Amino acid sequence: MAKDEITKEFKWIGTTPDRPDGLDKVTGRARYGADFNLPNMLYAAVVRSPHAHAKILKIDASKALAMKGVKAVVTRADLPEGLTGEDLYLQENTLAGEKALYDGHAVAAVAATSQLLANDAAKLIEVEYEVLPHVTDVDKAMAKDAPVILPDCADHTVPEGMGPNVARMIEFGRGDLDAGYAEADLVHEQSYTTEATHQGYIEPHAAVGQMGSDGKGEMWVCTQGQWFIRKMCSAVLGTDPAQLRVTPSEIGGGFGGKTTIFMEPLPLALSKKAGGRPVKLVMSRSDVLRATGPTASASMDVKMGMKKDGTITAAQVTFRMQGGPFPGASPVGEALSCAFACYDIPNLMHVGYEVLANRPKCAAYRAPGSPMAAYAVESMVDELCRELSLDPIDVRLKNGVKEGSRASYGPKFKTIGLAETLEAAKSHPNYAVALGPNQGRGVASGFWFNHGGETSVSLAISEDGTAQVSVGTPDIGGSRASIALMTAETLGIPYENVRVNIVETGALGVNEPTHGSRATFASGKAMWEAANQAIKEMCKRAAQKWDIDPEAVTWKDGAAHPAGDNAGQFEPMSIKEIAAEMGKTGGPISGHHESTPSGAGPSFGTHVVDVEVDPETGRVTVLRYLVTQDAGRAIHPQYVEGQYQGGAAQGIGWALNEGYIYGEDGRLQNSVFLDYRVPVASDLPMIDTVIVEVPNPGHPFGVRGVGETGITPPLPAIANAIHAATGARLRALPMNPPAVLAAIKAMA
Amino acid sequence: MVEVNLWSGLRKFTDGAEVVEVDGKTVGQLLDGLVAIHPGLEPVIESGISVAVDGEVITGGRNTPVEPDSEVFLMQQIKGG
Repeated sequence: MAKDEITKEFKWIGTTPDRPDGLDKVTGRARYGADFNLPNMLYAAVVRSPHAHAKILKIDASKALAMKGVKAVVTRADLPEGLTGEDLYLQENTLAGEKALYDGHAVAAVAATSQLLANDAAKLIEVEYEVLPHVTDVDKAMAKDAPVILPDCADHTVPEGMGPNVARMIEFGRGDLDAGYAEADLVHEQSYTTEATHQGYIEPHAAVGQMGSDGKGEMWVCTQGQWFIRKMCSAVLGTDPAQLRVTPSEIGGGFGGKTTIFMEPLPLALSKKAGGRPVKLVMSRSDVLRATGPTASASMDVKMGMKKDGTITAAQVTFRMQGGPFPGASPVGEALSCAFACYDIPNLMHVGYEVLANRPKCAAYRAPGSPMAAYAVESMVDELCRELSLDPIDVRLKNGVKEGSRASYGPKFKTIGLAETLEAAKSHPNYAVALGPNQGRGVASGFWFNHGGETSVSLAISEDGTAQVSVGTPDIGGSRASIALMTAETLGIPYENVRVNIVETGALGVNEPTHGSRATFASGKAMWEAANQAIKEMCKRAAQKWDIDPEAVTWKDGAAHPAGDNAGQFEPMSIKEIAAEMGKTGGPISGHHESTPSGAGPSFGTHVVDVEVDPETGRVTVLRYLVTQDAGRAIHPQYVEGQYQGGAAQGIGWALNEGYIYGEDGRLQNSVFLDYRVPVASDLPMIDTVIVEVPNPGHPFGVRGVGETGITPPLPAIANAIHAATGARLRALPMNPPAVLAAIKAMA
Repeated sequence: MVEVNLWSGLRKFTDGAEVVEVDGKTVGQLLDGLVAIHPGLEPVIESGISVAVDGEVITGGRNTPVEPDSEVFLMQQIKGG
């Protein structure tokens, strides 16, 4: 569904050729993190705290080190001292110092000649703990008498008198709330909670690291960002980042969870201690759930005022989010900025608290903070709409932001497509399907900023006229295909003649990870610049051959052409002909581009879901699901559709089943996929999609990132649908059968 | 002079002002100018912020040019997944 204001004919963009990584993946040829092996390699195991909060009194590794085949043990004592800020928190999280701060916190690591030996040796490392009081609930962690996790964690934003675990306070708004509420016909105030969920990527973290006593090293690792791995591991180990070469593997999902480090410095530290032998470390699923970054759990208050005609007059939120035991990990700032981003509201206030708790260090998870914020705000909008008997899409159209609207977080929006996603949802057949008993329909919209970020790309023309593109953004959602399509379009050559390689840290300038839905936007934009450099050079080579001015040559359909009759009469010179001669006409032809691009147009989407609720069990069945989202320009529409469906599937899991369950002892109770229930194909209907295209003027082809917004609306959309089906309003996630049944019974 | 809009939580560092007029031709010059006028903002800026110039969110773009009539907002630093 194209709603272009910029009409342009494309040959390759918008087509759906085979994915370049497809055959490798279905034949098992693709090399993931755990597939990498080196001669003379050692295997690592990690000793983890069984306590949520405990002082480490003593670590005795003598029995482990006495085992034949054990080559090294590392503890915090092996890491440098004196780190501060985020570097210190990364180091603390890699190996606990004076205290273990959550169940699963790494305390020591061992390397041996086999995995079995390493596992046995880990069991022989004796750790003496003094168990301390713990707190895992965000509201309890806010209390003034809560156990102190990190002394003096509060930064300059936290007012006097707050609890000891409040690390940061954020406050922003505009207008006059009291005046806004006075204008409203209906004012509601409610509280909502969401539980922490994990990204649930299929591939656990895995790395092979090698580092000599000279501090020079290499790493092969499953990551969303090889330069971040290099920087963070080097900070933790006190080594020179320029001496660490990091090669990313194929990646089995990341969703934000692989933009940082957890265990990755350990193979390097062990290798250095084991005389430079390479060390492999692969996390188990249980380790991943206990000790890598889920998203935050949240406790949220929302107040909104609405007129009878649906005009929202004032709104405010107070969010409390725990991000684990270290400051800076909770996405509360992003959550606040996303909370009312879909609405043009004159009177607003946002207050947020980042809170420490005895849980694993949070990592980014697809539109970090936005799903929780949407759950609270979009549920509240639905409550107001129902009480005033207003259509939820009409109310969103009435109040929705458009070009020129001032965003809730400050600046004015440029070209955006929220209204188009709402119109697409309203006109879709799903919105008109008649519902039966115990069935209900929910609507919600969502937002994500999208991001540019540091980017470096290189493009080389091969001798046969094909193109090699080197990018630094690992392909977690189809970026090799989309960048190949954009390259083919720019150069005027077939898609099959482009190979996109994800390269190691020595091959390009610094690249930020694939995060913020930036890979197709930023690497694609940089590729376009690099390709145009190469085109300029190819035009120059043709001009030299024709003995005319380079400015008199244009590039079209993969060939240099005289710009017009005045340039002379010459047969077009194809890329293949120019490339075949390039060694004799001036050398290799390539292009490079490095930048931190702006112009990553924001992304909006609207979801419509129909559910059926079993009144006897509380089980929720998703009957049909619709995603409408603005892609700017869908380069490879099947991949775009896959991003929409994947985001919706993860959001449905978050809404209905997923959630960290902690026992009274502060230990995670559901650290395997049998107990941590992600939705599988049989749990879901076909997820229908409408790709709305409102081209982003900040990108040569109109691209907006599409990876994150899709996870945002499902949480409230499903809550709204359950309410429509049952009359019960669930204000806590997950909305699993016991919770839904209890809510139904509470109404009776 | 360029008007720089701050989020309201920063008022305690700016004698209550949410908009501060700063002389500068780039984002970096504006940030340096802000700190010169209100030194309490230094830890906030040092710990990482985003800046929006005329609706575009700039991350790490200290050299981004600004005009006297540019609309400039300081924002919470945004991370993505």
